[in-house]
Formats: sequence, structure tokens, C-alpha cells
Amino acid sequence: MSFLLPCPHCGPRDVNEFATTGEVLVRPKGKPSITELTDYIYFRRNVAGVQREWWYHRQGCGTWFLAERDTRTNEVLKVELPG
Amino acid sequence: MRLPPQPGEAIDRAEEVVFVFNETRVSAFRGDTIGSALYAAGRRVFSRSFKYHRPRGLLCCTGHCPNCLMTVDGVPNVRVCTEPVRQGAIVKSQNVLGSLEFDALAITDRIGGPFTPVGFYYRTMIRPRRAWPLYEKFLRNVAGLGRIDPEAATHRRYDVEHRRARVLVIGGGRSGREAALTAAAGGPGVVLVDETSRLAGEKLEGVEVLTSARAIGLYEGGLVPVDAGGVLYRFRAERIVIATGSVEQPLLFPGNDLPGIVLPSAARRLIRDWSIRPGRRAVVIATDGRGLDVVADLESAGTEVVRVVDLRERDLSSLEAEGRKGLRRVRVDGEAVDCDLAVVSGGRQPAYSLLAQIGARVEYDAGRGVFVPTSLPAGVEAIGSVTGAGLAQRVPKPAYAGGKGKCFVCVCEDVTGKDFDRAIREGFDSIELAKRYTTVTMGPCQGKLCHLPSIRLYAQKTGVDEAAIGTTTARPPWGPVEMGLLAGRHLEPVKRTSLHFRHEEAGGQMMWAGAWKRPHSYGDAAAEVRAVHESVGVIDVSTLGKLIVEGPDAATFLERLYPNRFADLRVGRIRYGVLTTDGGRIMDDGTIARLSDERFYVTTTSSGSEAVNEWFEWWNAIWRYDVEIVNVTGALAAVNVAGPQARDVLARLTDADVSNAGLSYLDARELAVAGVPCLALRIGFVGELGYELHFASPAAEHLWDRLVAGGARPFGLEPQRVLRLEKQHVIVGQDTDSESNLISAGMPWIVKLEKDDFVGRGAVELARERGIREQLVGFTMPDNALPAEGAQVVVAGRPAGRVTSARLSERLGRVVGLAWVSPEHGEGDEFQVRVDGIERTAKVALAPFYDPSGEKLRS
Repeated sequence: MSFLLPCPHCGPRDVNEFATTGEVLVRPKGKPSITELTDYIYFRRNVAGVQREWWYHRQGCGTWFLAERDTRTNEVLKVELPG
Repeated sequence: MRLPPQPGEAIDRAEEVVFVFNETRVSAFRGDTIGSALYAAGRRVFSRSFKYHRPRGLLCCTGHCPNCLMTVDGVPNVRVCTEPVRQGAIVKSQNVLGSLEFDALAITDRIGGPFTPVGFYYRTMIRPRRAWPLYEKFLRNVAGLGRIDPEAATHRRYDVEHRRARVLVIGGGRSGREAALTAAAGGPGVVLVDETSRLAGEKLEGVEVLTSARAIGLYEGGLVPVDAGGVLYRFRAERIVIATGSVEQPLLFPGNDLPGIVLPSAARRLIRDWSIRPGRRAVVIATDGRGLDVVADLESAGTEVVRVVDLRERDLSSLEAEGRKGLRRVRVDGEAVDCDLAVVSGGRQPAYSLLAQIGARVEYDAGRGVFVPTSLPAGVEAIGSVTGAGLAQRVPKPAYAGGKGKCFVCVCEDVTGKDFDRAIREGFDSIELAKRYTTVTMGPCQGKLCHLPSIRLYAQKTGVDEAAIGTTTARPPWGPVEMGLLAGRHLEPVKRTSLHFRHEEAGGQMMWAGAWKRPHSYGDAAAEVRAVHESVGVIDVSTLGKLIVEGPDAATFLERLYPNRFADLRVGRIRYGVLTTDGGRIMDDGTIARLSDERFYVTTTSSGSEAVNEWFEWWNAIWRYDVEIVNVTGALAAVNVAGPQARDVLARLTDADVSNAGLSYLDARELAVAGVPCLALRIGFVGELGYELHFASPAAEHLWDRLVAGGARPFGLEPQRVLRLEKQHVIVGQDTDSESNLISAGMPWIVKLEKDDFVGRGAVELARERGIREQLVGFTMPDNALPAEGAQVVVAGRPAGRVTSARLSERLGRVVGLAWVSPEHGEGDEFQVRVDGIERTAKVALAPFYDPSGEKLRS
């Protein structure tokens, strides 16, 4: 990967400056069943298309933000700060 | 052997450069390449081929083909045709047994043919199986390229530089130069890179010209790595203009690899740049005007052109070259023509590789007989002959028949036409498969001279047309790259605490601890342990991660991150906390002190500070609490003063009340020590009365000096490890791993399931309900054998766990440790540990070995 990712604070930067935790997940509420828990921990949708992801500007401003990225082309359609 | 001086020549005859080739001094002029100087000195055989050890001479003179690979100053596989001469350079031939003229391994060419077909090493040398290592060693010695001589390793420095350009033009031919000048008229930020040295010294108005710089790939995001010798430029450009031109292609006919058979580019450069007459009698066979133009050059150099075959006018039915160490004659349609030079050209193929790498579609243009890029991605332009423009040529026959000699499709890997027949017969029916089987295009030229001819030949042999066959995938790098360039400069970042030089002065044996340098001990670890037990010691713990968590929601935030409670932690008190992930893995541990209602001071492990900071920030990005997280790890130094006399040392340096009542176990107070404002945390990782002082790092040496002068003996990491092991205090990452959870690591007491949700709750509940598969226990060794860290635990002859820590405790007179064993092991149960290959008995001890009730900590 060598695409440019626009940080909401710093603007477009080399993707290697960032860390990601991957697609945005819905954390099960209350007491999850073992299936719900393992789904949440281990399973990913792994879409071929636009995906909402968490990114962290590790070698930059240290901000977590959300990005919508097309996993087929690495085109970043949107970035935003959470909330 | 040089021609009289001529206009435009690249050499400076006033300046002599002398280098050594295989023990012989060779004289050259400034402006020569090693290849041109050797050619001028009469050398015709430059290398021996990869597999058959056939003699090979200059072919392209453009740095593309493998025919002139030599070892220069210890660096193997240098293309000497483009390597400038250097005073005193040591040049050696490679891949020969004997000399270039008499290579004993050339026997493989004479007798090896039938026994060494394509892929033979997978088939003929596999039995008996156990002999393969011998075969492999033999094959590696006889086949292949230069050797890396570790003794001759030069200490070259490689750098990486990030660059930006508004317009990056790749290729310095006419089209590239024009594009660069046009772009420069529109503003600054134009860079032109050219892999040759032809533009050296030339000035293009408003354009930065990088010569002898090769764009090795084109990646997404407009990233272009450029190999400029000792430095790799990582270019990002708004506009990329590809003007990489086209590459002259060889013709396929028996004997087509003989020294003396050259591409027009080689003849042209020898004559025009280096004023060398390339041969006495020449034959020219070409499919385009550019190839035929070389006739005029040859005549001007005094070479007699004895035959010109314009393949546009008539094709040949047969063509064959004869000679042993060099060309003697060619047979054109059966007619023998004596000559020592044959200039052949099968037309030019657009050098589209960079375009294809970034996603351009490449299709066969039947009119021109070449593959051309047909659609380009946004931000990338192509101009000049790389697009196929101006390539007026006739398509030659894929291969010309004649005689019995070998016809080489690929000179890098010694792939012949027969190898292709065989691959097709064996069913390799797609070009991608045939490529992998025959290894055509997979040698040093990476297909520049064999990709198109191999597809032409494949089309002829299978009857499928070139358009349907298509091309193989283009991948970086476009040219060979030194490994050192990819590795970059050798840098090993190190973190030093603000007490680093005090440790060195005190004889501290510095060791790596993650990215930090920390003292292992100051020479006598056992004495340092004794000092802590009997009087007082001091250790630099500035490496601990330190976070301030502050805000109206700070307590709620920590409650949700940690499995234990923080909302009820009183101001001025400390609690131990372990972070766990939602998967249940133990992530980090540390202490949390409440400094005020809304302000917490969190410490992490030395290696975990950045990960924990990131983890806190991430959860807060999700939860959106009103809380600020500040990483103060680098700003604050920290020391731990520990031992029965720690209080006395501290009391002498502060006016604050440090009595057991005034500063009790797990109290946190702000106080001044030796005039330095500190946060004092009364905690005890090492098991004795202890104070951890956190303070501004510029004051570190002053405070350290006062503590040492007050009687505290510095102790290092090793004594600390012994001390904590006596207490069975776990080191996260040492005693735990990615499988460890709070229940199995013996910390179920820390989990408060009665509180609301916290990170990892589901996994901890699950571990509790379903039970654990192994547990972390303390153990002693009755016979005092010392197991290595990682030693195997054995139960009934089977592996059943591992030792994570073990040390001899002098104070206890026993070897103590921590190990993962199966959960049925209880207090006093025995298990076996492998020590130096022998099973030794270990005994489970669940309580701390030293001061199990923790009285010392509270005293």
C-alpha cells in the first residue's frame, strides 16, 4: 500500500504514517453469547468495496479518525473525526 | 583501436583513467565505461552464460542485457557497459571456471544439451532424495551470477529521501525533454529522471534533471521510487509523464548469442560515444529505419558493411550465425557471408512496464507487431515511443531456421527455442505458465529483450495469435536494485533516560530493553539485591509509561477500561490495574494514582506506553467521554527507592511527613525531595518498603545524586528481576503471552464482575465459566537446578507447559520461578522441567516466596 490518506488535521499523508484497527465494529452490548463474542473478536466482513475504518495518525498528530475507503482501489472517499 | 577524435564523442582524451581487469591494467579515457574501455582494448568475450557457459559479448550497451555482468570493487553483477570507469577500480569476470576465454564449465554447452532441458533440476537430479543438497550445491556453483564476498563488503551508505514534484517526467529522450520544458514553462517543481548519463551536464531551463537515476516502479498514490545510486528517492508527483521510450529487440536465429552479434544501440554507442570501430566486416539486418541507420555509422567508423538486409523489403527463409568465441560468418538464406560483426534488430518494443504496473491496459498492436498501452489511469501520461508512436516497422519472423546451433530466446536464463517446444509439448498452454516453467523473462533483464520475442515465438509454435496470448504481468522493479538501497541506511534508534550517563559513570552494564538502554546491573547483581533487602537501593524507572488522564469523566473512563474499580478510589490513593483486550489477552499493567477527583496518574510498562496511549485514545474516540489523555513519559523521570532504610533516606531529603502514617502503602503524595517537586507513589514492585518518585526529567541527575549520597545503592534490571520474582510479581510480556488471560495468569481477584461493562468483560466471564487450559504458578527447584527461560515443563514424558522466569534467590537459598502448567496443579504438586536435557523436579508454590503477607511493603 502506498496511497495517500487525508488526515482530518494534517491533510494527505503517506499511508505508512498511520495505524489502523480495520473496519468499524459494533461491540456487543450486555452479556454476549460465545457466538456473538467470537464474531466480534475474530470475524470481519472483509468487503470488496467501500468500508468504514478506524485510522490513527501514529507518526503525526495522534488522532483517531474514521475513513471510508474503497478496499479495491484504496480510494478514500471521506474522512471524519468521530462524534 | 580508437578512431580519430570526432565531434560529440563522450570521452575526454586528455584524461587517462586506469583500472585493473582480472590482474591486467586497462587504460581508458574519462567518459569511458568499463565496458567500452575493455572493448577498445580488444576484449570481445565479456561473460559466460548462466547455464551453458557460452561466451557472451556486448549486446545492447544500454545496461539492459546480462552479457557484461562483472564484479566491480567487490560488488557483483555490475553491468560494465554503463558503469563509468573509475581510477584504480578492480574489475573481475564472474561465473567462470578458468578464464572467460577458456571456461571449463563450457562443457555443459557441448554435452549438456540433451541432459539439461528446461526444468531439468526438478526432474533429473531428484534421486536419491537425500543427495539433493549435494546436487543443489553443485548447481549453485556452476550456474548463476556473481558471488557476494562478505570480506569485500564495502561500507556503502544508502539513504532514502522523500521528495515531491509537481510534474515528474520519467525518461530523458527527446519526448521527455520536451515534456519537461513545456511543464517548466507552467511553473516550478518539474523533475526529469533519466536512467542513462546522457544528460549529465546538460541544462534544461526550469527543470531539475536527475541522471543515472532509474524509476524502478510506479505505485498507487503516484509514488515513484527512483534509484539514484546511493540514494532512493521516494517521489510523489501530481502529474507523472512516462517517456520511457522503446527497447530494441533481438532477432531469433541459431547462434544468435555469439559475441559480435549486437543490437544497433551497441554499435551506435561504440562509434558515437566512445569512438571505437566495432568490427572490420559487418552485416546489418533490421526491421526498421532506425536499425538500418546504423549502416552510415559503421561506414563512418571504417567498418566495411558487407551485407544489408532490410527486412521491410524482403523476409529471410533462413538465418544462422557461426563461430566459436566470436562471430565468423552468417548464413543469409544459406549464403555464407564472412564477418566479425552483425547488427540485428527485430524492431522496438515500447517500454510500457511502469504504465502497466499502475494499471494501464496493454494490448497487441498487430500493425506494428508490438504491445502498446491503450488506456492510462488518471494522473499518468505517456508520450513518445512508449505509446507506440513513430514505430514504423515490419514484424520479423518469430524465429529464423537454419543449422543445428542453439537459438536463444532469453540470453539471461539460457532459454532456447527447443525449451519452448518442450514446454508447449508438456502442456504449458498459457504464456504465464510457460514463463514460470522456462523462466523466460525472469533473468536479470526482466524481459526487456525477451518478452516480445518469446510471445512471438509462442504464437508461432501454438498457432494462437499474439493478441490472444497477451502479456505477462508487469511488476517492479524495472531494473536491478541493490538490496542495500531497499534496506536504507542502517539506523537503530535508541532511547536513553535522563540518568543514562549516571549509569555509565557508575559502571552500569547497559543492555537493550525494548527501544531503551538500561543498566543490567552495576557489576555485582547479587550485592545489589542484598542492598535492597538489607539497607536501601535505587533504580531508574524513567522508562515506565506515564499518562495523565484528566476530566469530569476520568473515573468513568478508567472504570470502563480496567477490569477493577476506579470510581471508588480515594484521592491520594493508588491501585494496581491490568488492561485486557476484548479478546481477553492481558495487554499491559501498571499503577493508577488518583491525584484529584478528575485527575489520574497512570503508569504503564516500559514497552507499553505508546500502545496504551493509543488504546486509551481509541476507546475515547469511540466513547466520547469528557477526558484528556496526555502522555508525559518523556517529560518525567522516575526512580524507585526501595529497602528497609528507604524511609530514612527520603526523610533526610524532604520536609514532608513520610512516616508510615503520613505516607502509607499505596498512598500518592506530591512532595519536594531535595528541592525537586515529586509525585511520590508508595508501591513496591521489588517487595520491600519502596517509594517511586516521579519528577521533571531535567532534575533527574540532581535528585539521583542526592539519593545515592544519602546511602541508596543503584541497582539494575537483573537484581530487580530477582527481587520481583521472589514476590511472584508478573512481568506482562515476559510471564504472559497472547494466550494469557486474567484468570489463567492467577489474577481473578482483580476482576470486579459486579460493576458495569468493561473492555474484556465478555472474554473474562467466558474464561471463568469454561475454565482455563493452563495456569501461571510459582515453583521452586528442590535440587536447585536453574532452568532456562522458556524451558519445557514435562508431565508423564509429554510437554505440558513452559518456564517463563527462573532465578537463584540468594536470600531464600533456592531457585524460584514462574511457569505455565496444567490447571490441576495445586500447592506442593510436582512437575518436571527439562534443564540441560535432563528432567528435574519442580514444586508448585502458589504464595509469594518472600514476605507472603506483604508486611514489609506495609511497614
